[in-house]
Amino acid sequence: MSDFPFLTTITALPALGALGLLFFPKTAEKGQKLFALLVTLATFIVSVPIYFNFDPSTPAFQFVEQYSWIEVLGASYHVGIDGISLFMVLLTTFLAPLIILSSWTAIRKSVKGFLISMLLLETGMLGVFVSLDLLLFYVFWEAMLIPMYFIIGIWGGERRIYAAIKFFIYTMVGSLLMMVALIVMYLYVGRETGTYTFDYLVFREYLLPAGIQTWLFLAFGLSFAIKVPIFPFHTWLPDAHVEAPTAGSVVLAGVLLKMGTYGFLRFCLPLFPNASVQFAPLIMILAVIGILYGAWVAMVQPDIKKLVAYSSVSHLGFVMLGIFTFTHQGMQGGLIQMVNHGLSTGALFLIVGMIYERRHTRLIAEFGGLARQLPIFATFFMIVTLSSIGLPGLNGFIGEFLVLLGAFQTNQILTAFAASGVIFAAVYMLWMFRRVMFGPITREENKSLADLNLREVVVLIPIIVFIVWIGVWAQPFLGKMEASVDHLIRLVDAKKTAVLQMNDQHMWARGDK
Amino acid sequence: MNDYLWLIPFFPLLGFLINGLLGRNFSEKMVGIIGAGAIFLSFVTTLLTFKELLTLEPEHRIFIQKLYTWMATGNFSVDVAFRFDALSAVMTLVVTGVGFLIHVYSIGYMHGDRGFFRYFAFLNLFTFAMLLLVLGNNFLILFLGWEGVGLCSYLLIGFWYEKIDYANAGMKAFIVNRIGDFGFLLGMFLIFKHFGSLDFDQVFSNAAAVPPGVITAITLLLFVGATGKSAQIPLYVWLPDAMAGPTPVSALIHAATMVTAGVYMVSRASALYILSPLALSVVAVIGVATALFAATMAITSQDIKKVLAYSTISQLGYMFLAAGVGAFSAAIFHLMTHAFFKALLFLGAGSVMHALSNETNLMKMGGLRKHLPITFWTFLVGGLAISGIPGFSGFFSKDEILWKAFSSPFGSPVLWGVGAVAAGITAFYIFRMIYLAFYGESRVDPEVALHIHESPKVMTVPLMVLAVLSIIGGYVGIPHVYMGLEHFLEPVFEPASVAMAAGAAGHASASTEFTLMGISVVIALAGIYLAYQLYVMNPEKPRQLAQSMHGLYTLLFNKYYVDEIYQAVFVKPFVNLSNVFFWRFFDVKIIDGIVNGVARIFGNIAAGLRRMQTGIVQMYALSLMLGAIIIFGYFILR
Repeated sequence: MSDFPFLTTITALPALGALGLLFFPKTAEKGQKLFALLVTLATFIVSVPIYFNFDPSTPAFQFVEQYSWIEVLGASYHVGIDGISLFMVLLTTFLAPLIILSSWTAIRKSVKGFLISMLLLETGMLGVFVSLDLLLFYVFWEAMLIPMYFIIGIWGGERRIYAAIKFFIYTMVGSLLMMVALIVMYLYVGRETGTYTFDYLVFREYLLPAGIQTWLFLAFGLSFAIKVPIFPFHTWLPDAHVEAPTAGSVVLAGVLLKMGTYGFLRFCLPLFPNASVQFAPLIMILAVIGILYGAWVAMVQPDIKKLVAYSSVSHLGFVMLGIFTFTHQGMQGGLIQMVNHGLSTGALFLIVGMIYERRHTRLIAEFGGLARQLPIFATFFMIVTLSSIGLPGLNGFIGEFLVLLGAFQTNQILTAFAASGVIFAAVYMLWMFRRVMFGPITREENKSLADLNLREVVVLIPIIVFIVWIGVWAQPFLGKMEASVDHLIRLVDAKKTAVLQMNDQHMWARGDK
Repeated sequence: MNDYLWLIPFFPLLGFLINGLLGRNFSEKMVGIIGAGAIFLSFVTTLLTFKELLTLEPEHRIFIQKLYTWMATGNFSVDVAFRFDALSAVMTLVVTGVGFLIHVYSIGYMHGDRGFFRYFAFLNLFTFAMLLLVLGNNFLILFLGWEGVGLCSYLLIGFWYEKIDYANAGMKAFIVNRIGDFGFLLGMFLIFKHFGSLDFDQVFSNAAAVPPGVITAITLLLFVGATGKSAQIPLYVWLPDAMAGPTPVSALIHAATMVTAGVYMVSRASALYILSPLALSVVAVIGVATALFAATMAITSQDIKKVLAYSTISQLGYMFLAAGVGAFSAAIFHLMTHAFFKALLFLGAGSVMHALSNETNLMKMGGLRKHLPITFWTFLVGGLAISGIPGFSGFFSKDEILWKAFSSPFGSPVLWGVGAVAAGITAFYIFRMIYLAFYGESRVDPEVALHIHESPKVMTVPLMVLAVLSIIGGYVGIPHVYMGLEHFLEPVFEPASVAMAAGAAGHASASTEFTLMGISVVIALAGIYLAYQLYVMNPEKPRQLAQSMHGLYTLLFNKYYVDEIYQAVFVKPFVNLSNVFFWRFFDVKIIDGIVNGVARIFGNIAAGLRRMQTGIVQMYALSLMLGAIIIFGYFILR
């Protein structure tokens, strides 16, 4: 069983599905949707055994596959996962079928193109999470950008072109910097060791001098920071979310934003440990600003989707804060918060999409009193809202609590500011909920709205299950991450010390002359 | 060893799930049986566990049941584990016992409401969360219950969500509580940092090893949480508004159980509080100040439920006063008697509202004594109990608190004095309410008056049971009686009682105790007499008084304008700052301005460069020529 190429299978399946879609006649939309759903479901089913076969006792990469690719450059097809990427992969495969199902009736123009974009996007995202070769990683990273650009630009709202271009330019600026940094690192390490390679594991072991680390960290870090997004690089996000179709928003919030935080964990910390530690105070401050600023700006948004988008800035701030505490609680909290945000914010966008499909507006002022007309909808919306504001017993609390607990060991004042975010989260979410769901029905159009249908309930229930599960019993999730996070913390510490010693020796050597 | 402890919170959870998922299709009867039955089973289980607990030696009276590991990372680990000791036992009995009565009462009160099943589901969920809170074996399970009850409070205050004020009241309750929880969270972080654990046993047994400054910080932060949940200054503002919920909810959540969670938490952490005289003083001063402050606001309120709400805030203040002078068992004693008589008063008020088509305005009542005999007599018992009239439960517990406030090494005569004055005001406003509602001429609207009726048995029987409890509930606290409450709680509050005994000076003589008791009884009787004079003998007098002391009356009537001040100082500026500055200026103008500006610069450059591609072949030829000349020139002239 363990010889089965799980990772290649799940990564390739959606792309093969996209290929298969080409053979469907243009008008057979139902068949196309069903096919895409089956492909994503199959991908998910194949990914489930990964969880069960994943050995939580080792930080080593598992399900590793390596084949030669571009030998001249030292690039290979090298994939594998550890406790850090495990749940990112599962989150992606879990959300994909729900996303396809959610766009069943919402997408009307060129369904086929949309489904192909979605499937290619899934392959791109999975590829990013499983890659252990930097060139391979970069290819997937860029490949992911294209379908997303189309999803916003073609199936988006009125200002979709503006939003798509903004999204593209923002992320492109980041990617280009990362590419330059990648080449510099490749050449430097190659020159020093005599072997030119893109293999991640080689870089992870290699000790880069502190001076070079700083520049590489900045280049990689900026690219990831835009993706997260860290304040003040977040303004592409509200536009992208508002203009993207529901499915696009869910992917964006659910998975794409995690690329940034994942990048920090996978690359910045282990490859540039000295720079990471050096920049940690700055990043923690930006993270806390993001938590508060995101919440405050979310509070005054007239558009529900924009509100949720800004709330993402706030939530991802928690993740960043956790990662840069370099503590077990902070990092694992950050990791679980990445999953949580994918579930809760993903669900929020689904919910906003459902109400948009009915009323073709997302302005809070257009609603009011929906709870009476839509009791099932209200129940789901309430649970997800509570998850988003971090109510204990639901998933959001676990992440925020652990992050803050970890951060508190590092910096108490900063944590106090961050913790005040739990107040503001309650303010903006409950206020929005009150205005949309409670009170009397003031508009005629809202009196005849239909409650959720079976398909919509089926989309939401799996997410709710995990929202509750993680909340009441987080250990099955945290347990699988522990070894990898522990290893990462030790690695950063050890490499940092080694690099400092190396510097000292260097100076001694010069002093002798 | 006891291994069915988990059943106590499990039954209400089950009730919540059944009614919540399927209740829509059930009959009212079915929903009521499931809802109240779940609590009854829980109550019976509690009794059985309690009986088993009593068979043990006092110092070993503790059951701990670990279910599973909730979360663990690095050196941090938290279990889902329950703890049943003397303190949990008292709390659990109160929660399930009073809770059961209120569930039964609700079957009658909520009859015909379209949200009947939703109501019972929420009420069960509340009980579940409350039981987690009192049974949790570590701070995080306590916090889980703590926020859980807050959620149910939010859902039930805004139960009739179509009324915008009600929905707002629910939201306000949640958010104000969140401010308190912020302190609670930081307190827990600090505990973990210094103790490496959130388990009660771990923390309390190592308390002496942690620097006193840290203990003070921890206890004060936790107390911030308590001021939110237990409605103390400055976070009490949500509780009066919380009266928007159905009246049995006010009885259960906003009087008998949830709001006492802060008192429970402080008592639970008594081993920490006792180490910090500063934190104790803060608790005592905030407590007694709230007791007095809230009592004054109750004087002018014309809403029967609001009077009771202020009274609850005030009584909670007494409990904190007790805790603040180190008399934790007195705090828990008053918590228990208060649960009986305040639940009784609220349910009585509910019965009045039931009779008067949901009228809550005292000015539209009067003379109800004849129409609602059971409600009246039970209400009177509750009134006598809260006023501290000898023989009724409130007398014993309140007297215990006032005595400890005077005699404890952490107490002072000033604390006693303020407490005694507040007790007089309490007797006054309670009997003002009783006289306005049940005595004098009827001021009921004529069409409402036609339908006045005593409530059905399902409502009056709980009233009578609670009335009995409001009388006899006080006798468990009489010192030196077999199984006195203080004695029973002794093992839990051991560090506190040791410190109290060590600091006890000689001035606590029995004669002083009886003198003070006499004074406080006289003050209470004076309050009742004054109310009698004003509202029965001279019903015109209050209006004249209000006119002659117009300024003071308006100030009290408007609750010292605290809500308005909070609104103007915190809420409005904050929303405006976020909207005008952070979003519309900083986000849109500055950040996006830069981003779009850069894009525009490139766009302009590109537009300039585009002009070179004119499509005129001669131009291309010309530039080719010029280019070639320049390059040649460069090489030649080099």
